[in-house]
Amino acid sequence: MGVIRSFRKNFSNFFKKLFNKKNARIGIYGPPNAGKTTLANRIVRDWTGDAMGSVSHIAHETRRARRREGVTIQSNGGSISLDIIDTPGLATKIDFHEFMEQGMNEAESKRRAKEATEGVIEAVKWLENLDGVILVMDATEDPYTQVNVTVIGNMEARSLPLLIVANKVDLPESSPTTIREAFPQHPMVAISALEGKNIDTFYDEIAKRFG
Amino acid sequence: MIAMQGIQMDLVSEDRLAKMPPVEKIRFILDEVKSGKILVLEKGLTPEEEATLIEMTMTQIQPDDFAGIEMESYPSQTDSSLIGKLFKKNVVRTRLTVIGPANKLKTLKKDRDMISAIVSNK
Ligand SMILES: Nc1nc2c(ncn2[C@@H]2O[C@H](COP(=O)(O)OP(=O)(O)OP(=O)(O)O)[C@@H](O)[C@H]2O)c(=O)[nH]1
Ligand SMILES: [Mg+2]
Repeated sequence: MGVIRSFRKNFSNFFKKLFNKKNARIGIYGPPNAGKTTLANRIVRDWTGDAMGSVSHIAHETRRARRREGVTIQSNGGSISLDIIDTPGLATKIDFHEFMEQGMNEAESKRRAKEATEGVIEAVKWLENLDGVILVMDATEDPYTQVNVTVIGNMEARSLPLLIVANKVDLPESSPTTIREAFPQHPMVAISALEGKNIDTFYDEIAKRFG
Repeated sequence: MIAMQGIQMDLVSEDRLAKMPPVEKIRFILDEVKSGKILVLEKGLTPEEEATLIEMTMTQIQPDDFAGIEMESYPSQTDSSLIGKLFKKNVVRTRLTVIGPANKLKTLKKDRDMISAIVSNK
């Protein structure tokens, strides 16, 4: 009995491997505080009912990459299964004094800074294991940053699909147009990950770009 | 002799960096920047090298000593010619890049064709 069952299991795994290509791995990237985890939580909640990670107004809240496998998104009559990776915010500098200004004590701030540097390294390493990237930018901030330039450059060098998200468009000072003008060669969708504004267009774009 | 007070700025030619293997290039940049210099790279770095530089920078950050780097370049331009498509590896045209210690170099404003930065010795 056991033999037959394991034979069946292997057999079906074999067919899965043969016919179902593995889920596309999509990394959610961007500077600290752009709203990556807020967006990841929304995606995962909308399509699986779970949550992904904690959100904070203090930068570098996510300091370990998190992966959620097999998120199936339905859009325009089709469906697409993705592995979603929420990554720590990318930065070229991390100063623990900034955390102290947010009210953390010195020891806490230094620990957060240390973990944040490790998080950045992890995020950079993940870049090599992806099939596509969702690059989240805070639409109230200047988009011409080195982090954005580096992520986009790496995707272009590898000919991998990239979707730019102009986030926080619920805020009156947001300017998604500035983002579009900065990187006109890539598709962009303007959303509020917090309020869900325009999220259906976002899912349509995902299906289009990563399907 | 009295040393002149100020910040050293090195304008690094394309040839100078082209001679170095990637590891050495990143090491060179990081050592120079950690010693307080501002570097202007004539031809910048490839996106992969930029990513490696960010990674290496993170390993060097020490509280009260080194808070990281400020780096500014223009969006690279990809040559998506037939050859590039054929080999699935695009040729990226790298561009002028300014790199300095985060506590000395601050970007004021940047757009597609202009970078304004301020250098301060605090
Ligand atoms: N107004 C507004 N705020 C948002 C939106 N999305 C996220 N935020 C807020 O922005 C802050 C940062 O959100 P996170 O999701 O933690 O950002 P992150 O990019 O994951 O940040 P790190 O993990 O630190 O890199 C939080 O205070 C969120 O509530 C949005 O669409 N609109
Ligand atoms: Mg996060």
